[in-house]
Amino acid sequence: MLYIPCPHCGLRNENEFHYGAEAGVAYPDPNELSDSEWAEYLHIRANPKGWLAERWVHFAGCGKWFNLWRNTVTHEIGPAYLPFTKQPKAPQEGSEK
Amino acid sequence: MSSIRFSFDDKIYTGNQGEPMAAALLRNGLLHITNSTYRGRPRGVIGLGVEEPNALVQLVTGTKESMRPATVIELAEGIAARSLTGVGSLPEDTEEARYDKTNRYVDILIIGAGLAGLTAADEALRAGHEVLLIDDQPVPGGHLRQLGQDVPSPLQNTLKHTNLTYLCRCTATGLYDQNYVVAIERRSEHLGNAAPANRTRIRVWHIRADKVVLATGAFQRPLLFANNDRPGIMLSHTAATYVAVYGVKIFNTAVVVTVDNQGYRDALRLHQAGVKVQGVYDARPAANGPGVEATKAAGIPVRFRSTVLDTAANGEGLLQQVTIQDLDTKEIFQTGADLLAVSGGWTPVADLATHIGIKPTWSAAHAAFLVNHATEKLLTTGMLAGDFGGDDDPAMFFGPSLDTEQARSAFIDLQRDSTLYDLQRAVGAGLSSIEHIKRYTTIGTAHDQGKTSGMLTIGALCQLNAATQDGKPGLSPADVGTLSFRPPYVPIPFAALAGRELGPLSDPIRVTALHQWHVAQGAVFEDVGQWKRPWYFPRSGEKMEDAVKRECLAAREAVAVMDASTLGKIDIQGPDAAVFLDRIYTNMFSTLPEGQCRYGLMCKADGIVFDDGVTTRLGKNHFLMTTTTGGAARVLAWLEEWLQTESPELQVYCTSVTEHIATIALVGPKSRQLLQELVTDIDLSKEAFPFMHTREATIDGIPVRIARISFSGELAFEINVTWGYARHIWERVWAIGRAYELTAYGTETMHVLRAEKGYVIVGQDTDGTQTPHDLNMSWIVSKKKEFIGKRSFQLPWLQAAGRQQLVGLLPDNVNDIIPEGAYITALNATPDAFGKIPHIGFVTSAYYSPTLKRSFALALIADGLTRMGEVVSLPIEGKLLSATICDAIFIDKENLRRD
Repeated sequence: MLYIPCPHCGLRNENEFHYGAEAGVAYPDPNELSDSEWAEYLHIRANPKGWLAERWVHFAGCGKWFNLWRNTVTHEIGPAYLPFTKQPKAPQEGSEK
Repeated sequence: MSSIRFSFDDKIYTGNQGEPMAAALLRNGLLHITNSTYRGRPRGVIGLGVEEPNALVQLVTGTKESMRPATVIELAEGIAARSLTGVGSLPEDTEEARYDKTNRYVDILIIGAGLAGLTAADEALRAGHEVLLIDDQPVPGGHLRQLGQDVPSPLQNTLKHTNLTYLCRCTATGLYDQNYVVAIERRSEHLGNAAPANRTRIRVWHIRADKVVLATGAFQRPLLFANNDRPGIMLSHTAATYVAVYGVKIFNTAVVVTVDNQGYRDALRLHQAGVKVQGVYDARPAANGPGVEATKAAGIPVRFRSTVLDTAANGEGLLQQVTIQDLDTKEIFQTGADLLAVSGGWTPVADLATHIGIKPTWSAAHAAFLVNHATEKLLTTGMLAGDFGGDDDPAMFFGPSLDTEQARSAFIDLQRDSTLYDLQRAVGAGLSSIEHIKRYTTIGTAHDQGKTSGMLTIGALCQLNAATQDGKPGLSPADVGTLSFRPPYVPIPFAALAGRELGPLSDPIRVTALHQWHVAQGAVFEDVGQWKRPWYFPRSGEKMEDAVKRECLAAREAVAVMDASTLGKIDIQGPDAAVFLDRIYTNMFSTLPEGQCRYGLMCKADGIVFDDGVTTRLGKNHFLMTTTTGGAARVLAWLEEWLQTESPELQVYCTSVTEHIATIALVGPKSRQLLQELVTDIDLSKEAFPFMHTREATIDGIPVRIARISFSGELAFEINVTWGYARHIWERVWAIGRAYELTAYGTETMHVLRAEKGYVIVGQDTDGTQTPHDLNMSWIVSKKKEFIGKRSFQLPWLQAAGRQQLVGLLPDNVNDIIPEGAYITALNATPDAFGKIPHIGFVTSAYYSPTLKRSFALALIADGLTRMGEVVSLPIEGKLLSATICDAIFIDKENLRRD
């Protein structure tokens, strides 16, 4: 059970949150994209081994969406930040454990 | 200690209050406790705690929990158990005991209350921290209990510190990310008959700690030799503890086999307790230390470079003779013994550390895998971290060389009856990874999860891959690595995990303001999400089909009423509310005049229909959206996601008002006349109050909002009123309705009525792959504006031939009600290359229509909209039904009835 820092409510257990995949994928102008580019926007998200900025929503708390750095290998949690704000740098490897 | 009586395999024995059942069984002479799972070999106790692979029992009174080691059950008056051969059985009777769970946050969590854990607690308390100390034993002190000693007095004070919570009989079963620990506390079993009825049997602790200290100690491990499983063969620390602390006096002559100095300490304890120790056979070439010297001084023969090769049993299967081998000369000799105490070194309990991915490291000096970890968040201490006390000096030795025949009875995993021979076969089959070998041999997969067998497997693997004369390097345990342990560390009863969330408490139940009226009327309910909704209202003697027929005809021919309060309702306000709804719905809402409502369909970005419902414009910047009953939460979440993450420039606020507004649907040709008797302040005529309009009105002075919305195709009114007034309004409608033979109806009739009109239910008539076009609803897709999903409609694969489209279906036999979900095949279809008849679609809704006096259905069929009139087949339970594809609207295509 991850321990996730909601920017509004503080540290809460993972089961209060829903996951929203890769952060920072802007909604494109649909009419500027080819069919395959549109399909890529719909279905393809980064899933790297290591640090990934992800979207989460504190659905059982304040209901707010936010972004969060998380290490997909070690499950380390990095900084959280609000949508449409400057993305902090990815943490260093092994900074938590 | 007071004497108590307990039952084992239907016989009554005496024991001491609080001692392990295993100790009492041994004292009563029960060496042979059970037979092994697959080979039926006699087995007895070998361990002291949860590592015990043999002595499994099932409790037979109270909660009949299975697979409990007799080594951990504390005796109390009333305890009864029977021995198990490998597997237990699930009790058939209902569980009476209570279980609960609790959450705890703490500065520092210490797991293990041995000397290392107590010392860590002392330090943490001195530094001002709040400490939670959990331990699976009944008393603190760890191995001190096995030595019959108390916790030293300075640490006694630690246990009394106000900032310390100490939980005994509490086993940490899993360590998860960010220091999340799950532990189970056994709270009543040890009290036996004296346990208060209201005391929870097991409490599950969910603990989050700033820092976790692992002081989990170590298990002694056995050695590999032929016939190493006979009753009478024990770990040396186990044997010495049962004899010296618990007064087991059934052994006369013992042989001690060791690879470290622990064996000597145990030999001395046995000797001092009156057991004749024939000799200590040490695999090492020499040994020094106080224990060694004291052993020699006590006159116990010590022989180096020797170990046990084989054993023999008496007629009852109990140990009576030990074969010792000189490791250099290979010379063997026999010696009689009824106890063989084996010390194969220590295996630190690394399970919890490995749960979060920490790899134990091999230490040749300890002949063990250790976890030496010290960060801000996690610390290991005691034996786990390599503090073996300084005098052990163990050799890396797992047993003598064995021939094939001997390997067949050299048990690595006693629970699984897996032998060295099985391991050799696995290696012979080409397996080299320890994880593969585990799965091939099943070693380490039983209830004990390899607590004693894991290290033996690694050791045996190294022996099979020993260095050769020609210079090929041997395999070391460091090369093999450890098995990954997974939670839980010990078995947890499902009842404990379920806690109190059972039966009606397993999920919240939601009821409407009118629920008690429905109950009083004898409604039969169905679950829709968490809601209890009236399914139908049977009159005395009526079957479901009779009731539904009566309810349907009342709605079509007179007037009927239903509770539609469970519809999801979302209040949407803000200067940009109309713009936002234009993005969310496929059709236009910004053009909707105030006081009117419109049916809307929403898609996700992939163009697939997601939800539908009627939205009313209450003001310039104020809308009330309705959603499907089951979809309310996910629609609100979807709106919020779009507002927060894609449309921050929009000022829109969404609020769930599902349980603020009750909705009463009055349906049927006489509904207008009935309602007009109640509502005197507005004109309900079709000229004054057109379809899809709303009006504010009052009933008995109570403000209501009335909408002309129809989910049946009939003339219909929805009365919306604040939840608390709903019962009053409903009763008034009902009272006046008596003169109209007003009929209450439930969800089944609602389904029949809507299906007769071809109104889809998202999730029933769709399967998550339909676009609006597939549902023959192109009319609702705006060409003038952008909305979520629009771009996807241009994708070739959403326009391609062969897509499943929603159509009607009329069974040729008017009484055939096709099961929902039934597959549809083309008429006279021929088998494909695989001999299967390809299906072209499936039935989504099917009912009997009392109005049409025939059965009908909705179905998703490939290219269905271009197959009108085609006859298709439905293979149902060995019969082949046939039906004709038709338009999905069965009644009143011209929409004449709704006015």
